[in-house]
Amino acid sequence: MTIALQTFDLYKSFGGITATDHVDFTLQRGARHALIGPNGAGKTTFVNQLTGVLKPSSGRIVLLGEDITTLPRETRVRRGLARTFQINQLFATMTPLEMIALVTSERLGQGARPFQALDRDPELVSETAEILSRFRLDDIMDQRIATLPYGKQRQIEIAAAFAAKPSVLLLDEPAAGVPEAERRELMSTVAALPEDVSVLLIEHDMDLVFRFATRITVLVNGRVLAEGAPDEVARDPAVRGAYLGEAAHA
Amino acid sequence: MTAPAFEIRVRQALYAGRRWHPAEIVFWILAAAACLLFPRQWLLLNEIAILALFALSLDLILGFAGIVSLGHAAFLGMGAYAAGLLAKHVTADPLAGLSVGMAAAGLLGLVTSPLVLRGTDLTRLMITLGVALILYELANSFGSLTGGADGLQGILMGPVLGLFDFDIFGRTAYLYSLSVLFVLFLVARRVTNSPFGLSLRAMRDNPLRASASGVPNGKRLAAVYALAAAYAGAAGALLAQTTQFVSLDVLDFHRSADLMLVLIIGGAGYLYGGLIGAVAFKLLQDAIATFTPQYWMFWIGLFLVIFVLGGREMIHGAIKTIAGRFARLGKGGAQ
Repeated sequence: MTIALQTFDLYKSFGGITATDHVDFTLQRGARHALIGPNGAGKTTFVNQLTGVLKPSSGRIVLLGEDITTLPRETRVRRGLARTFQINQLFATMTPLEMIALVTSERLGQGARPFQALDRDPELVSETAEILSRFRLDDIMDQRIATLPYGKQRQIEIAAAFAAKPSVLLLDEPAAGVPEAERRELMSTVAALPEDVSVLLIEHDMDLVFRFATRITVLVNGRVLAEGAPDEVARDPAVRGAYLGEAAHA
Repeated sequence: MTAPAFEIRVRQALYAGRRWHPAEIVFWILAAAACLLFPRQWLLLNEIAILALFALSLDLILGFAGIVSLGHAAFLGMGAYAAGLLAKHVTADPLAGLSVGMAAAGLLGLVTSPLVLRGTDLTRLMITLGVALILYELANSFGSLTGGADGLQGILMGPVLGLFDFDIFGRTAYLYSLSVLFVLFLVARRVTNSPFGLSLRAMRDNPLRASASGVPNGKRLAAVYALAAAYAGAAGALLAQTTQFVSLDVLDFHRSADLMLVLIIGGAGYLYGGLIGAVAFKLLQDAIATFTPQYWMFWIGLFLVIFVLGGREMIHGAIKTIAGRFARLGKGGAQ
């Protein structure tokens, strides 16, 4: 099986407005896939349905061969689907150490153990240490997340999703709002993600998209306008009209 | 592969959360020594210990899981009536009564937890308040069982562990309540420093990210709500046993409201807030009541307004500075 994540005829409307318009989408295993589209194209709505934050009006979502359309969010995470958020969703009063330890303990199925000490489980300790050093959070692991610079918080956003050891990782504009200086470090983190993790990147920054992705899907008004290799998509006149042209003006 | 040295650092940092601070040890020594230091105040000390346990219960849901409640007296009352009735009709053994009080209140917490799981802070306040009001009226109506407005009378307690008889000065009562408080505090300390405790803080900080991290929010909230209810039930059982009387007052709204004040005074989310708040609240109440019996509510009201408007940061800041100095002294001594 080479398909990691697939949607069939996914449809979502809010009142009379169609946000996701019968989308058939396929994410291959190990893919570096980007989802692009102008503002309001329905990219985040799409991701929210994949992860269970929103319920689709109709259609199906299949993760690694299993229908997950109606599963609760946390169960999807346990089945291997993790995400980051466009706007930071972090545990503000925790330290990076605690946040990563939390995700790891949930992944190891220890979250319901009220009497286990955090430092006593060797697996929890070594996995937490591995994530912290992979994402270069070791120096700041003891500081409250709320006090850290924005670029570091974006880094934690990705680290926390990755700590769930997902087979599919959805990155919702990971570099949004990050100053140019810190952007490079962030994107090198994204580029260094292990190959067996299938990554779907939702992004505005075309430079980033074309450097990272081997496949691109263009979403406009909730509908798939085009899909293909980066150079194909870049040449597509419909895409140029609907999206790239607009970006060039911006 | 991570360097083993870093793994050790991570382990130590995770351990730091549950390491005993010297100030904590001082706190508990003082609590035990209070029995000798204030021999005439045992009854007051007992009241403080029970209020502290009750506040610890609210801290578990409010300070750690972020669930507000204006009806925590429901569980205090449930524990008190369960323990009182058991002593009257079945057995006079205090620990049996304590267990039954905790179980009854914990069960009530589990059953009512679906009501508080969804909704905003405001709906939670109203629902918890409503549940407490319902319980109050039930206790009032079933007079044949609870004694209604006359209260549950004729409770006779056996000795604690078959060894220590309750005395009229409240010495056994205080030591018994303090021991229960200490044991349940140790359990709470353990629980809040576990992966389970970490997931509670995660839900408090950001429920969306918690579920995106694999935390089943509903189940965890139900579990901690039932646990906190059992703690409140223990406080109720202690109250019934040490006063040998249960009145409708245990279910009264002012119990829940006072509790919120206790936690505001002491600060929520670090376990000692309820304990320190209980000491401050009871001493303040006692001092004002001695000085001006009719108007103590006025003074306590005034104090609270000033405290919440600005005094809190000053007092907490001063305590932190002092605690920091103690910590440095402690570290200096260890090196």
